[in-house]
Amino acid sequence: MNDRAAPLVDVRDLAVDFGTPTHPLPAVEGVDLAIEAGEIVGLVGESGSGKSVTALALMGLVDAPGRVHAARMQFAGRDLMNLRDDARRAIAGRDIAMIFQDPHASLDPCYTVGYQLDEAIRLHGDAGERASKTKRRARACALLREVDIREPEARLHAYPHQLSGGMAQRVMIAIALAGRPRLLIADEPTTALDVTVQAQVLALLSRLRAERAMAILLITHDLAVVAETADRVVVMYAGQVMETGRVPEIFDAPRHPYTQALLDALPDHEPGRTRLRTIPGVVPGARDRPAGCLLAPRCAFAADRCAASRPALRMLAPHVGVRCHFPLGAG
Amino acid sequence: MSARPGSAPMLEARALTRHYRLPGGHFAKRGVVRALDGVSFTLHAGRTLAVVGESGSGKSTLARQVTMIETPTSGELLLDGRDVARATAAERRALRPQVQMVFQNPYASLNPRRTVGALLEEPLAIQRRGSRAERREAALTMLANVGLRPEHASRYPHMFSGGQRQRIAVARALMLNPRLVVADEPISALDVSTQAQVLNLLADLQQAFGVAYLFIAHNLQVVRLIADDVIVMHHGEAVEQGPKDAIFDDPRHPYTKALLASTPSIHRRRRNKPS
Amino acid sequence: MPDVAPAVLAMPSGTDAVPPSRAREFWRAFSQNRGAVVGLALGGVLVVLALAADGIAPHSPIEQFRDFELAPPFWHAGGTLRFPLGTDAVGRDILSRIVYGTRLSLLIGTISVAISLTLGSVLGLLAGYFRGIVDTAIMRLMDVMLALPSLLLAIAVVAILGPGLINAMYAIAIVLLPHYVRLARAAVIAEAGREYVTSSRIAGAGALRLMFATILPNCMAPLIVQATLGFSNAILDAAALGFLGLGAQPPTPEWGAMLASALEFIERAPWVVTSPGLAILVTVLAFNLTGDGLRDALDPKLRRSMA
Repeated sequence: MNDRAAPLVDVRDLAVDFGTPTHPLPAVEGVDLAIEAGEIVGLVGESGSGKSVTALALMGLVDAPGRVHAARMQFAGRDLMNLRDDARRAIAGRDIAMIFQDPHASLDPCYTVGYQLDEAIRLHGDAGERASKTKRRARACALLREVDIREPEARLHAYPHQLSGGMAQRVMIAIALAGRPRLLIADEPTTALDVTVQAQVLALLSRLRAERAMAILLITHDLAVVAETADRVVVMYAGQVMETGRVPEIFDAPRHPYTQALLDALPDHEPGRTRLRTIPGVVPGARDRPAGCLLAPRCAFAADRCAASRPALRMLAPHVGVRCHFPLGAG
Repeated sequence: MSARPGSAPMLEARALTRHYRLPGGHFAKRGVVRALDGVSFTLHAGRTLAVVGESGSGKSTLARQVTMIETPTSGELLLDGRDVARATAAERRALRPQVQMVFQNPYASLNPRRTVGALLEEPLAIQRRGSRAERREAALTMLANVGLRPEHASRYPHMFSGGQRQRIAVARALMLNPRLVVADEPISALDVSTQAQVLNLLADLQQAFGVAYLFIAHNLQVVRLIADDVIVMHHGEAVEQGPKDAIFDDPRHPYTKALLASTPSIHRRRRNKPS
Repeated sequence: MPDVAPAVLAMPSGTDAVPPSRAREFWRAFSQNRGAVVGLALGGVLVVLALAADGIAPHSPIEQFRDFELAPPFWHAGGTLRFPLGTDAVGRDILSRIVYGTRLSLLIGTISVAISLTLGSVLGLLAGYFRGIVDTAIMRLMDVMLALPSLLLAIAVVAILGPGLINAMYAIAIVLLPHYVRLARAAVIAEAGREYVTSSRIAGAGALRLMFATILPNCMAPLIVQATLGFSNAILDAAALGFLGLGAQPPTPEWGAMLASALEFIERAPWVVTSPGLAILVTVLAFNLTGDGLRDALDPKLRRSMA
C-alpha cells in the first residue's frame, strides 16, 4: 500500500445527524476514514455504532431529515460533497457499489435475476456491453460465472425467491460488479447466511479483490470475519471511531478498552474460559450521550479525565490510531 | 456438573422423526418433507446439550417436538421415562411446566401489550400457582435474578433493548421452575457484547437452578463454550454426536469437519488473504 | 420455587429515566395529525350537543308551529331569531331537530358499530385461530354478505324485521359485519404465528386464553380504526334508510328522514335540505378525521421505541 499516493477514499471529520437543527441527534461524529486502492477495510461496531450510516453517507444515500457534513469526502480525488446529483449517481452505483445484509430484501421479488442484471448493465456497463440485448445477456452470464454460479443461462430466468440465501447474495454481488466498481461496500453481507455459505461468500469477495484490484469496505459486527478477511480494521462505537489498526496487530495488542471488550466477548478468544469478560451497560442512544468519552460510563479504566473531556483520535502511525486518554499497552 | 454414572437421563429421544406433508392441490401428488429423520439422544439433569446445524437442518423442528408443540410422526420422546410423544392432551398439559422455551427473536417473543411484571406472572397464573401476591413476589425475585430492577416490572417490552428483552424471556421461561429449557438460538439476534452478558447469565442460572439446556445454535464457538454434549444436524439427521471435546478435537463426519473449517475464528488469520 | 440469586451480574440497565406513559405516547402520536385533532374536537362538540340537547335546543323537536311553516333562517328576509335555522313544512324548528338528531345519529353509530365490532371480532378470531372448516364456513358466509350491495342488504333486513330505528341499527350492524370479520381474521392469522403466542402455549395456556387474552388485544389497532371509520358509514347508512322511509319514522328528528321529507322543497325552501345535509357532512367528517389520526397513532411501524 503506497501511502504517498492519495487514498481511493478519503473522508475527514464526517458527521451525520438526524432530528432538527436545534436538537440534532448525532448518528456519526468526527469520523475519519481512508481506504487505499485494492485493500479490504473492516468497519466493525455494534448496533448504534454508526457504521451503516457512514457507508450510506459515502454513497449519498442519507435522506432528509438526515444531514451530512464533512471536512473532506473524496473518492479517487473527486470531491463527493459538492457534486451535482447526476454526477454523484454516476459515481455511486458504478465506481462505488454496495451490497446489503438480506439479499432477499435487496432484490426486487417481482423481476427475474436476468432482468435485474440487465438493468444494472444498462445503467453502469460500458458502451460496448450496453449496445444490444445479446451483448448484455453475454455480460450478465459472464458476471454470474464470475461469482461462481453454475449454469448462468438457466439462472437468468429465476426469480429471487427461488434462490437460496447464498445464491441470492452472489447475484447481488454480480449486480454490484456490473459497473466494474473500484470500491465495493458490503454491509453485513454474510450475517444472514449459514456459516458454510458465509465462508464461500467471503472467499469469493477476497478472490474478486485480488482479480479486480477492487477495494472493499466490509461492514460487520463479527470480529472473526474481519480477522480472516480484512487488511485493516476501523472500530466504531456510538458514532465515533475508537481505534484503527492493521490486522492482525490490532487483535494481538488492542489499544482501546472497547476493542479489548469486543475481543473478550468472543468465546474462542481465550479458549478454556467458561465465563466471558463483559462490560456492563448498554450503548448510549442518540439522546443521552456523555459529555466526555462515550465509553466512560461503562469503561473499567475510566478516570475523572475521561468523564470530563472527550479524547481526540490520535494517530500513532499511518492508519493506526486510538481515541482514548489512557490507551492500553504502550499507549 | 457431571451426571452420576448410571443415572437415568431426564430426556431421551429414540429415533425421533417428523414429516410434513407439502400442501398440494387436490389432483397433485403430495410431497413429504423429512424435517426430522430418526434422531436419538439423551440429556441428563442440569447438563447442556447443544444442537448445531444450519438452516434446514431440522433443529427448529426438534425444538418443537421437545416442547410438545407438535407430535412426532414416529419415534419416542421420553421425559423421566414417560413417552410424551404418545401422551394425551391432558397429560401434555400437566407436563408443560417441566419444559419451557427461550426464542431467538427478542422483539417478537414478548407480548407487546403486557407489562414485564404481567409477563412473568402469566405462566404462574396459567398454571394456577400461588395467590396474586405470591405471584408478584416470585416475578420480582426472578427479575432480580436476571439482573433487572423492580421498577422494570411496570414497563412494557418495547422500552427495553434486545439484550434486556432476552433476559426477560429467560426469566419468564424459569418462572415455572422447569427441568429443561429449550433455547432456540437465544443470542443470535444480539450484539456481540450483549451475547456475552446473556451467555454468562445462562451459565449462572444453570448453576443456581440446576436446569438442563437444549441449546440450539449455529455458532460453533458459542457451543464450545457452553455445551457439555453436542449433536450436529444436517438435513434432519444427526450426523455426529458426542461429548463436546470429542466433536471439536476429533470430528469424524465430513459435514462436521466442513462446519468447523468454515467457522471464522479470531485466531485463524490470513485465511482469505492473497499469499 | 427455589430461593434467590446466585452471584448475578449487577447490571446498570440503561433505561434509567422513567419513560412516558402509554397514554402520553399515544397522545403525542395522535396530535401530530392536525386534522385528527380537529376531528376529535368536532366529535367532542357533537357529543356535548347530544348529551345536553334538552338544554341547548330552543324548542321541542316535534312541536309544530303552524303559523310559521317554512320560515327561512334568521339571516334571510322574513326569518326570526326565534327559529334561527328556519322551520320545516309543518312548522317544526329545524335547529332543535338538528340538535336532537345528533343524539339519534350518535346512538345509531355507537350501537351499530358496537354490535358489529363485537360480533365481527369474535367471528374473525374463531376463523383465524381454528382455521380449517370453521374458517371456511365463516368466511364463505361473509362472502355471501359482501356480494350483496350494502344498501340492498340493509333494506332486505329491515323489510324482514319491519321499519323503525332499532331495526335499522340491526340492519346496519349486519351490513358492517363482514368488514370486521375479515380484518380480525387477517390480524389474528398474522399474530397467531408469533413467538409470544407460542410462548404462552408452552406455558400451558388453553385455546380460550390464547384467543382472547393473548392474541385479540394485539389485533385491536386495525379494528379500532375500522370502528371509527365505520361510525360514519353507519350514520350514512342510517340516513339512507331514513331517506327511504325504512329507518326512523316521523316525527323522529333523524337527519336522513329530515332530508327525505324536505326534498320537494329544495327549490322553494332550500334551508330545509341544507341543514340536515350539512349536519351529516360535519359528523362524518369529524369521525373520518379522527379515524385517520387513530390509524397513524396506532401504527406500530411508526412508533419509536425507547431503547
